[in-house]
Amino acid sequence: MDLATFAGSLGLDAITPALAGSDNVNSSELLGGNEVKRTPTEANGNSSGPRIGVFICHCGSNIAGTVDTSKVREAAEKLPGVVAAKENKYTCSDLGQDEIIAAIKENKVERVVVAACSPRMHEPTFRSCIQEAGLNPYLLQMVNLREQCSWVHSREKDKATEKAIDLVRMGVAKAAKLVPLEAREVPVEQSSLVIGGGVAGIQAALDLAQMGFKVYLVESEPSIGGRMAQLDKTFPTGDCAICILAPKMVELARHPNITLLSYSEVEEVTGFIGSYEVKVRRKARYVVEKKCVGCGVCADSCPVKVDNEFDMGFGKRKAIYVPFPQAVPLKYTIDKDNCIHFKTGKCKACVKACANEAIDHEMEDEIVELKVGTIICATGFDTYVPMKRGVYKYWEYQNVITGLELERLLNASGPTGGHLIRPSDEKTPKRVAFIQCVGSRNKKIGVNYCSRVCCMYSMKNAQIIKEHEPDTEIAVYYNDIRAFGKGFEELYHRVREEYGIEFIRGRPAKLSEDPETNSITIRAEETLLNKITERQFDLIVLATGLQPSEGGKRIGKILSLSLSPDGFFMEAHPKLRPVDTAIDGIYLAGCAQGPKDIPDSVAQAKAAAASAASIMAGKNVKIEPLTALIDESLCVGCGLCEEMCPYGAPEVFESDKGTKAKIVEALCHGCGTCAAACPQKAITANQFTDEQIASEIVSALGGIGVTAEKAKKAAKKAEEA
Amino acid sequence: MEKGVDLEERRPIYEPKIVAFCCNWCSYAGADLAGTTRLQYPTNVRIVRVMCSGRVDPAFVLKAFSLGADGVLVAGCHPSDCHYINGNEKAAMRGTFLSEFLEDAGLEPQRFKVEWIAGSEGQKFANIVKQMVAELEALGPIAEGCA
Repeated sequence: MDLATFAGSLGLDAITPALAGSDNVNSSELLGGNEVKRTPTEANGNSSGPRIGVFICHCGSNIAGTVDTSKVREAAEKLPGVVAAKENKYTCSDLGQDEIIAAIKENKVERVVVAACSPRMHEPTFRSCIQEAGLNPYLLQMVNLREQCSWVHSREKDKATEKAIDLVRMGVAKAAKLVPLEAREVPVEQSSLVIGGGVAGIQAALDLAQMGFKVYLVESEPSIGGRMAQLDKTFPTGDCAICILAPKMVELARHPNITLLSYSEVEEVTGFIGSYEVKVRRKARYVVEKKCVGCGVCADSCPVKVDNEFDMGFGKRKAIYVPFPQAVPLKYTIDKDNCIHFKTGKCKACVKACANEAIDHEMEDEIVELKVGTIICATGFDTYVPMKRGVYKYWEYQNVITGLELERLLNASGPTGGHLIRPSDEKTPKRVAFIQCVGSRNKKIGVNYCSRVCCMYSMKNAQIIKEHEPDTEIAVYYNDIRAFGKGFEELYHRVREEYGIEFIRGRPAKLSEDPETNSITIRAEETLLNKITERQFDLIVLATGLQPSEGGKRIGKILSLSLSPDGFFMEAHPKLRPVDTAIDGIYLAGCAQGPKDIPDSVAQAKAAAASAASIMAGKNVKIEPLTALIDESLCVGCGLCEEMCPYGAPEVFESDKGTKAKIVEALCHGCGTCAAACPQKAITANQFTDEQIASEIVSALGGIGVTAEKAKKAAKKAEEA
Repeated sequence: MEKGVDLEERRPIYEPKIVAFCCNWCSYAGADLAGTTRLQYPTNVRIVRVMCSGRVDPAFVLKAFSLGADGVLVAGCHPSDCHYINGNEKAAMRGTFLSEFLEDAGLEPQRFKVEWIAGSEGQKFANIVKQMVAELEALGPIAEGCA
């Protein structure tokens, strides 16, 4: 069957003239949709259609180096409705924008096409630019000549120019169909949700609270503190991690503007910038927070001992526990999976021990509902665990440990009280080797990117070991040393020169264990000496890299955040909007966005807090008017839109003209799936109407170059010959 | 390059044209990423930006074919990653219906695709375009009487 006939049989012809397929594609259709034919003079501004201005950006040589922009301009000048077509070296610059404004005024331009970079980059810039010239900001159409043309076709200049002309034609066709829209203004809740209670989340929450905003901090673990709380000291200065973090943790818990929801999970987030509705599950601790004073008598009485996750399995904790002594809130939590009472219904030793009657085995999860204006996502990282078999024998040899495990072994409040031991015989190792880039910069076993902190934490830990046991022989097997931060290079020099730590350039090829002593021999090519060496060590520390956290992935789905290729959350722009996400009102802080050290995490947290505050400081926020509208005269009240919409925006109601549907604007997110489904074509998806999209399709297929039509004819000719 | 050889003559005369409907949040961002990482792919594709793959009315696809498109791509977020909760599922549903219909109408299945391309998958976008162009070149123009 003929497709056009089929489209007709579906009723598309009658209902949507803009979509009606036609076999006789005439030139006016190719150029501007199903418009009235225009003569060239009409095209130059005398027609009834809107007057269009086209601005083609060179972007330095980014576009002009590949696309022949003057050809594009010449083609644009001939398009129907175009009254001005200009080229700019940098359209987004002040000069470029001034030129747009001048051209709009001079030529009475009514619709603007900017052929430059991706609309994801500069659409807001040009919207405010044309607004300055007195136009409605939604009368702008961007044409993506950079990301989707010049940069991806840099070796095919002629074809790229051809494509650019097609793209501009599509843009002009759509621009002709644009209608003015008004942004909705909605009130902003003066409160923020911070997800994650690591150093980034803590800092962001404190800053916002200090500015006077209400903050809800949700942390999934029983205590805030995150990864930083697990560390011993921090590089390059050697500050004790918990000593500088604990005061912030305490300040947070005491701050009148902050509600700390520890041992809680964000379950659901709906709404949009200014008014997000959040459901938080407060997991049952089985200890009433208000009654618990953190004395620890319950833990003393508890007969169950299990590995403490906080100590990376080296230390033990009870089934009723705080993860570490400085925990905030200092409230005990019962680990249901290991508690004897939950297993057998007996015991209750802790209940007997607690003088405050704080323990309640009957406690249930509770759902808390919050309303916030902005959200900061600070979900942190997990360290790489060498799960793949054979990765430096982590699962086979006891004396191979990871960097984070070493942190706990060196920590004064850790399982060994800060005395370094090796797991096999609990003796102090005399020879320690660090292996760098484990899981980072190595796609075979882990990921491609550099985790940024491993070089420095290994040096810092090597220094601490030397301070504890000056006779220890320490070697670092590395690929490249990346000591790029403030004071980092100095630390590198210090550990080499003052502490005598050896740096060996080369990736170890083989580790083998002496079955009697459990010491491990590293066979490696020392690439600077160009020879293969074998050396024995008592303890091997793998400098494991950073990966997106599992909990963060779950939150990412709930918030619909995009990911970068490395799996961390993607920022709105890598340079200029590094803490924003593509979703208005949601910001990133810390390692959720990518591997970072503590100062960078804190800096980003402060930036995220400032960004969130800049929204909340205004009483209202503008929301893009990309919503759907129902034409009641066409609507037959079938209710399909209601069925399609995930937000419940369409509402079927009875009117004196029969059953109809309408869109509740505040609920509409503007996806347009209702418009695609409506059998009556009664729904208009603003800025992406049937007519606008159809005009793009028509002009996309009427391009210069060999069209299928021409090719068919050519093929026929060839056959005949 | 040899002198006197007209490269134009060597090229196949047939240049398939693909209309790609890309959702703003994932696939369009993926196509942008292909650009920022300077991945090269054939020029045959024309992207129409929509907010969600669920916006793509089957009529758009039919319209594109009836106007001479050799291939149509509908690209959205991966299942369960949709910015609008489940618009991509609706795109998939319509895609299945369209594929069956287009096949009945005599079009080869390679001509119409629904793909999931994340904002981080610039490479995937480039690969899909490359593959689709190669397949369409091998197929040649749509047979007379189909569209």
